[in-house]
Amino acid sequence: MSLDSEEVRKIAHLARLAVSDDEVNGYVDDLSSILGLVEKMNAADVEGISPMAHPLNMSQRLRSDVVIESNQVEQLLANAPASEKQLFLVPKVIE
Amino acid sequence: MQDKTLSELSSGLQSGDFSSVELTRHYLDRIKQFDADLNSYITVTEKLALQEAEEADRRRQTGESSPLLGIPIAHKDIFCSEGVRTSCGSRMLDNFIAPYDATVVEKLKAAGVVMLGKTNLDEFAMGSSNETSWYGPVKNPWDTQRVPGGSSGGSAAAVAAGLCAAATGTDTGGSIRQPAALCNLTGLKPTYGRVSRWGMIAYASSLDQGGPLARCAEDVAMLLQAMAGFDERDSTSAEQAVPDYLATLNNDLDGVKIGIPKEYFGDGLNPEVKQAIQQALSEYTRLGAETVEISLPNTGLAVSTYYVLAPAEASANLSRYDGVRYGYRCEHPVDLEDLYKRTRGEGFGAEVKRRIMIGTYVLSAGYYDAYYLKAQRIRHLIADDFNKAFEQVDVIAGPVNPTTAFKLGEKTDDPVQMYLGDVYTLPINLAGLPAIAHPAGFDSNGLPIGMQLIGNYWSEPTLLNLVHRYQQQTDWHWRSPDSGQN
Repeated sequence: MSLDSEEVRKIAHLARLAVSDDEVNGYVDDLSSILGLVEKMNAADVEGISPMAHPLNMSQRLRSDVVIESNQVEQLLANAPASEKQLFLVPKVIE
Repeated sequence: MQDKTLSELSSGLQSGDFSSVELTRHYLDRIKQFDADLNSYITVTEKLALQEAEEADRRRQTGESSPLLGIPIAHKDIFCSEGVRTSCGSRMLDNFIAPYDATVVEKLKAAGVVMLGKTNLDEFAMGSSNETSWYGPVKNPWDTQRVPGGSSGGSAAAVAAGLCAAATGTDTGGSIRQPAALCNLTGLKPTYGRVSRWGMIAYASSLDQGGPLARCAEDVAMLLQAMAGFDERDSTSAEQAVPDYLATLNNDLDGVKIGIPKEYFGDGLNPEVKQAIQQALSEYTRLGAETVEISLPNTGLAVSTYYVLAPAEASANLSRYDGVRYGYRCEHPVDLEDLYKRTRGEGFGAEVKRRIMIGTYVLSAGYYDAYYLKAQRIRHLIADDFNKAFEQVDVIAGPVNPTTAFKLGEKTDDPVQMYLGDVYTLPINLAGLPAIAHPAGFDSNGLPIGMQLIGNYWSEPTLLNLVHRYQQQTDWHWRSPDSGQN
């Protein structure tokens, strides 16, 4: 399965990854090659086989709806690239 | 001192032959002397380590004598360590100071270990050679022109070179077992759910599992004892009692059936590696085990299945890296989209971006059924192969890598070449089974050859028992590389 540069750009956009014009061709080659490897799956007969999402066939464990976390605002803000008044700063979102 | 087992070190500490502070200084000196050539550590926590060593010595004075008290180890830099940089081998987290300890770190701390530092790894655990790290490749102590294996290459190199007594790693597609095998170590990937993933930076959540790397099975058992256990904070943690792994190490092997899958010993396997494993199997039969030919028919589908599922899960897990709350942020973002795209474009390396894109593609509208859902169904087939085999045999033996350590740069041009090397380790992660890699000899270049034993769910005691008995009859695991040895 071969991808073209248009599809690579679309995927990059979905993944929010900047891909320059120089890099696109490299990705076209690499991703097409990897999808070529993946093509081997096509031959497999999976009629009647259910998907296996989890090795132990567990379902989501639930817990009581009580607060167990403590307030660690300062600690959690410590790694923020930009913050002010306990808010994370980002470029303007709404015009 | 770096050639002693963990229990020998523990005895030495207990009888006062040396203190934890002295032992820690010994390793810190060796790191200073040898790690520039190996690049196995990303962060060395010298001050913290000496503080922890003093604390361990103090605890011992008050009468405490737990097996791991005062033992210096290293953690793969994928486990959050409070107050210490946790980079995951990536520019994206180069400036990230973890605000909490991973459960694995917490449990080993409670057992009294001293943390020497955080070891190098393939970026976000994606790689089989430790060549994709932002901090540069790790070198194999057995031949510094060659790879140590990945993604836990730093942990493996550090243990093999005597730069720590043992280390933690993670295994999603072989990342504990492959470096263990290429560096002459014993490394265990536990059953999925055995070790908590809380605080372990996620790559592929249904495949990731943390585990120990050390010089021998007994050491691995001691570490696993401290690492294993149910954790409420990890919703995929299993409510399964932790047995006493040391108690059964010396059990007899009479009647243990070892399955030999014909698919694992075909053309792709280097002849010297094949021969060493066959000799090891003779040793196992001399110890009382019996070998049985089996088949794992869907082995050929494992690589493609894994490289759909793991990247898909990775694309979801890595979407949190957005330059907003922590980690790398690009300079002067003009709007939110620019912030996301350039932060991620610049913060992630090439292999990570490839896998995110493959993952995004196979999950996208129109392709989900054909790729992701189909891969999950093949996963079921692969797990069923093992379930059927375990009706006949107790454990399954196989290679870990198709060859011994390859040269740095040899496979980096073609990602698919690298992926194909994972054929023997991936199926085990897909099924969620435990597996242990251990030394089985050396090739004509003096490079380590490893093999693995795969067990049924929760059979870590059996795996450790088998390898321990093998290691009582052989001495491959005690050999040390010339580099990094005094």
